[in-house]
Amino acid sequence: MDAVELARAQFAFTIGFHILWPTLSIGLAWFCTLLSLLWWRTGRPVYRDLMRFWIRLFALSFGMGVITGIVLSYEIGTNWAGFSRSVSNVLGPMFMYETLTAFFLEAGFIGIMLFGEGRVSKGTHFFACLMVSSGALFSATWIIAANSWMQTPAGAVADADGIFHVVDWWQAVFTASFPYRLAHMVCASFLTGSFVVAGVSAFHLWRRQHLAASRTAFSMAMWLALVLAPTQIALGDLHGRNTLENQPVKLAAMEGLWDTTKGPAMTVIAWPDMAEQKNLYALDIPHLASLYLTHSWDGEVEGLKTVPPSDQPNVPLVFFAFRIMVGIGLALLATAVTGLALRLRGRLFYARWFQLLAMATTPLGFLGVLAGWTVTEAGRQPWIVYGHLRTADAVAPVTAGAVTTSLIIFFAVYNVLLLSFVWFAGRLALKGPADSSVPSREHVGLDRTNAGLSAASSTSPASLSSSSTAPATLEQAGA
Amino acid sequence: MLELMQNPHVPLAFAALAAFCVSVYVLADGLDLGVGILFLAAPRDDQRDLMMASIEPVWDANETWLVMGGTLLIATFPAGYYVLLPAFYLPIMFMLFALIFRGIAFEFRLQATRFRFVWDIAFAAGSILATLCQGLILGGLIGGVPMQDGMFSGGPFSFFSLLGLMCGIGLLGGYALIGAGWLIWKTVGSTQVFAREIAHAALILTAVMMALVSLWSALTVPEVAARWFALPNLLLLAPVPLATLAVLVAIWRGIWEGAEPRTFLLSLMVFALGLVGLVVSLWPYVVPRHVTVWDGAADPQTLGFIAIGLVVILPIVLAYQAHAYWVFRGKVEPHAGGYGEAAMGSPHP
Repeated sequence: MDAVELARAQFAFTIGFHILWPTLSIGLAWFCTLLSLLWWRTGRPVYRDLMRFWIRLFALSFGMGVITGIVLSYEIGTNWAGFSRSVSNVLGPMFMYETLTAFFLEAGFIGIMLFGEGRVSKGTHFFACLMVSSGALFSATWIIAANSWMQTPAGAVADADGIFHVVDWWQAVFTASFPYRLAHMVCASFLTGSFVVAGVSAFHLWRRQHLAASRTAFSMAMWLALVLAPTQIALGDLHGRNTLENQPVKLAAMEGLWDTTKGPAMTVIAWPDMAEQKNLYALDIPHLASLYLTHSWDGEVEGLKTVPPSDQPNVPLVFFAFRIMVGIGLALLATAVTGLALRLRGRLFYARWFQLLAMATTPLGFLGVLAGWTVTEAGRQPWIVYGHLRTADAVAPVTAGAVTTSLIIFFAVYNVLLLSFVWFAGRLALKGPADSSVPSREHVGLDRTNAGLSAASSTSPASLSSSSTAPATLEQAGA
Repeated sequence: MLELMQNPHVPLAFAALAAFCVSVYVLADGLDLGVGILFLAAPRDDQRDLMMASIEPVWDANETWLVMGGTLLIATFPAGYYVLLPAFYLPIMFMLFALIFRGIAFEFRLQATRFRFVWDIAFAAGSILATLCQGLILGGLIGGVPMQDGMFSGGPFSFFSLLGLMCGIGLLGGYALIGAGWLIWKTVGSTQVFAREIAHAALILTAVMMALVSLWSALTVPEVAARWFALPNLLLLAPVPLATLAVLVAIWRGIWEGAEPRTFLLSLMVFALGLVGLVVSLWPYVVPRHVTVWDGAADPQTLGFIAIGLVVILPIVLAYQAHAYWVFRGKVEPHAGGYGEAAMGSPHP
């Protein structure tokens, strides 16, 4: 591999790893904020138990996001000096505003959110949660504004040296694809968060422990999923039609469409062959793509061949990533609808197969986000600033050896990080929330954790670890 | 706004602001890197618990100033960003790896049971490595980086210099001193005694390395020597080293006596004076001896866009960061749980 490919591999790996944590922490931050609000306004202990539980998991994901994010803010200079030189007048301020309005806000209030309960009032704690979750949202807003400018640049002109100068800030920040990409990503975070909450709660329901808290959380998560899953699909459709307008080549790669066609078919599955410039083994549904892309029977859609092969992205990568994303979206929608059907029949908390299903959906949101970003980033190639600056011209004057060294270390370090996170977060998640609220009467015999001190510690999968079960159970014994 | 931003004094204002952000970073993260550097030197595990607890609520905000420095650099002086970052590729990458290990140690140490020592080592080694890397970058900056056709033109190891190594060791001493000062202020009992004892060693290391770095850069970098020793500069600048000496003596005399915040606050002053010295040596360059603050500044319209936010938001940021320190004021109390776990263990109404 040459220096460009190595730099791309490194950036793809580090940013792909990073995006997992903001995805989780944006969703969980708002869920914790909601719980803090409910605890403050209703005073029901179940909300406090859930809030404390989910704040701990949020803290872990937030920390992972911070440390993997610092890497990116420097990598853009170390590995992509040509890019930095060309676009810093435009993107520099957006990165700076992200730090100023988002990172500082999160950092300033995260201490109070995590450690402040008891030191500050419930209202102040809620405010701190709100500031942290707003910070997470502001961060997403700025970084997606920057990314959208790379996809659909506007408001700036390049001089003879290839350096961009901003002529209109409003246009540079609010580019054509920005609102769609932002809405799609934020909704993805909320949806992913909902299914993480649902999955963890389902585990406890399945184990018949922490019933009061887990039912509340499971119910909340399934309501959220029911709203968010169809919303996300609608937003995705809008985003796709925006891409058709602004980045037709990317859209053609997503659809596997080589020739400009009137009334194009939807290619369900195929092998897009870049050498032959056509699809092999294609399964097509006539006119369907025309219907959802142009909302007409015979709309015209541009094909990949409108540009020379050297200006096409890696078509199979974009094509399959897109199908994975859509498939996951549909699977999550189906799960949410099934949840509603069970709820209407009064079986939401009791259908054991559905609890297993909910656990299985937990990682799907993350895979969907990774697939979606692969579509949008790989689909932009060979451009780093669409139509203006090629990725190959954007790298830094660093040696392939130095990039390889750091890539190998990143790979090793991030795997250690992931394993540690899965270990510690998994342990916390399996241990579950405290049980300070009274269990519902009709199922008291089923609730293992409410059977007393010894049962609580012996059935808890994480009974080795120390502190939190004991005070919680004592508290419950007093209640 | 655009006309205002074309004024030649504007890059000066942004340079001052960048220097301010770097200073805040060095002073704020200095205290928690310092606690990390001293971590394994503490004799007992409960002292380490207390040391970590003393910085838990604030380290994230402190480290955010590092991101602020990076993003402010790309926004205001892009040449500094795209020349200096590739020039210091390896030390920056290793600093980031070190900060990663240090950061996760905060999260995982108190939840770990059997392998807690692994996180102790990760936290201390991460702090030490990050500090050494910062020193190497600092020394390389004073020495200057090779540049051709507007881009960095050296190799992956051209960052390395003896001066950088000296700066690294000096920073280890300096951060350890700030960290010890912080612990004297925020802890009691045996942890405080430990901090007072180790502060002496840190102070000696800091003083010796400051002298060595000044001397060595004057000997090996002629531009720096010319800046300091030409008349009338020599007389005008003499107060800087003299004041540094006076503060160092004041710290030495106050470690066991005097008010508890004294060592901490005076050690911050040492760093502030060191930064003044650095500005004197490097002025007016963004990339030393190649790109000045006027040549390296971003477009006027970009600076104008940044200025609005900085004037409005930066004071608010400083205010609520101060508030966060205020909420967690006073002596640190050991808590039962770890990062996040505290929320479970803490008393509540």
